[in-house]
Amino acid sequence: MVLALPRLIPAYYTHLLILTFIYGLMAMSLDLLMGYTGLTSFGHAAYFGAAAYAAGILATRYHAHFSVSMLGGLAVALLMAMIFGLLATRATEVYFLIITLALGMGVWGLAYRWASLTGGDNGLPGIPPPDLGLPWSLRDPVNMYYFVLAFFGLASFFLYLFVNSPFGLTLRGIRESESRMRVLGYHTWFHKYTAFVLAGTFSGLGGVLYAFYNRFVSPADVHITASAEAVLMVILGGAGTLFGPVLGAGLVVFLRNLVSAYTRRWLLILGATYVVVVMYAPGGVIGGVKGIVARLKRGVAPVHVSGPAAGSRGVPAGENPDERALTH
Amino acid sequence: MVHAGFTETCLVLTRLSKHFGGLRAVDGVNLEVRRGERRAIIGPNGAGKTTLFNLITGELPVTAGRISLFGQDITALPPYRRAALGIGRTFQIMNLFPRLTVLENVLLAVQGLRRTKYVMHRPVGAYPELQERARHLLERVGLWEKHDLPIASLSYGEQRQIEVLLALAGDPKLLLLDEPTAGLSPAETREIVGILRSLDPSITVLLIEHDMDVAFEVADRITVLHFGKVLAEGTREEIRTNPEVQSIYLGVGEGAQGVSR
Repeated sequence: MVLALPRLIPAYYTHLLILTFIYGLMAMSLDLLMGYTGLTSFGHAAYFGAAAYAAGILATRYHAHFSVSMLGGLAVALLMAMIFGLLATRATEVYFLIITLALGMGVWGLAYRWASLTGGDNGLPGIPPPDLGLPWSLRDPVNMYYFVLAFFGLASFFLYLFVNSPFGLTLRGIRESESRMRVLGYHTWFHKYTAFVLAGTFSGLGGVLYAFYNRFVSPADVHITASAEAVLMVILGGAGTLFGPVLGAGLVVFLRNLVSAYTRRWLLILGATYVVVVMYAPGGVIGGVKGIVARLKRGVAPVHVSGPAAGSRGVPAGENPDERALTH
Repeated sequence: MVHAGFTETCLVLTRLSKHFGGLRAVDGVNLEVRRGERRAIIGPNGAGKTTLFNLITGELPVTAGRISLFGQDITALPPYRRAALGIGRTFQIMNLFPRLTVLENVLLAVQGLRRTKYVMHRPVGAYPELQERARHLLERVGLWEKHDLPIASLSYGEQRQIEVLLALAGDPKLLLLDEPTAGLSPAETREIVGILRSLDPSITVLLIEHDMDVAFEVADRITVLHFGKVLAEGTREEIRTNPEVQSIYLGVGEGAQGVSR
């Protein structure tokens, strides 16, 4: 269905879907940190933007082949995440957030002030579409759709394997209780650092695709508002659900573009959506849907949920597991 | 004190201290525990018992002194290295993975000391030996039927059992139990005592316990901590009849309110 979509929908929606996949990559990679590891990064656009700039500069100044530009962009994101990770992953919670925010602002400052490299305020225009040496031109948005979708699909596949692997389970354990993980024999810093570097690199993949699709990179793409938007996508879609943040990215992209056609106050609508989601579906869109499904199941077969689960081992009075579940 | 060559020692603490600013939480503690010994550590609240555990597992750096495990100096090793050398522990305040299922909790404990924990490209379910081990552990306490439930939906007593189970999953040689029966009903306490009494006799156990019946039932020897120092050490009879211990526990002097939780 995803494959047939661009044949069925107007070109404008194809454009929005491509953006959804690109930002979805950034949001999914951020979810590795936010949802799975419990580390909220407020500078995730830095890797996205740095990779976009690196790929763009290689493609425009040095007329590098697409593959070279892409690898260059990924390498920059990887290196940056490796260095920033050393600084940030020693901290947790709000300190982690502040450090990543500061580092992100630093990257934005570079993009803005280092005009000889980045074009400064004017941005980096004229990035050519990827030339794959194939008969299909990527100037055609439909071809671009498949091109981006291929990378998105591959990356999603890898991330899906990753979060369901023993390593992914380890990250969730760290999110739940790092002290317990340490005494169980885990070198927790190593796992957090690896997650940080992976997240930065996958965000960079999104950045490279963005540079070649948008064909223009500007400091706004690494600004703190871009990082905040990534956080928003994760929360809207559902942190810790991997594909939820892609829905979140879609929500932000579609709201921004469709609502702004009617009103300039689209941020107001986005803000209201955010408040509603946080109030009524704190688990994001995915969490909300899961909750509704669970409620429906309970409605259909109430015995099934509360029945066999409790009491088989003589749980003492006053220790009703259902009651306890509510307090957590 | 055990004489050299008499029995193999498991853990030796030498003049171990931990100061928090001016507070001497652990103050020059000497302790020697034989392999396979069951040692209870008792003492009023604030005596430094849990801090002592945190020093042994490496969660806190020591201020002074030395920790050795089976003759190896581990004072400077990080917690994960000590875990790999065979130290397991439980926590006084429940320290599980609340949003994970029962099985996931146990799996994390099982893979903690295995190389499998670094695997990124295969699902957790692809490792039958991990699943089997987790299943075996859960069946031991009769909680296998609940393996798919979130851990938070278990009763407090069952969570307490899982707390002990996680520490046992890595086959520790030295097991540190920090008030495993805290807050449990008498029946639930019996379950935990049952688990402790069924442990392999080669496992060395250090047990912090406020319930004297449990301490006396599980432990061979008892060490009394008071204001970070070892006040007394001996068999249960020696401890029971020690006048200093009595003064702390029976309400003479500053440690009066200590015993009850």
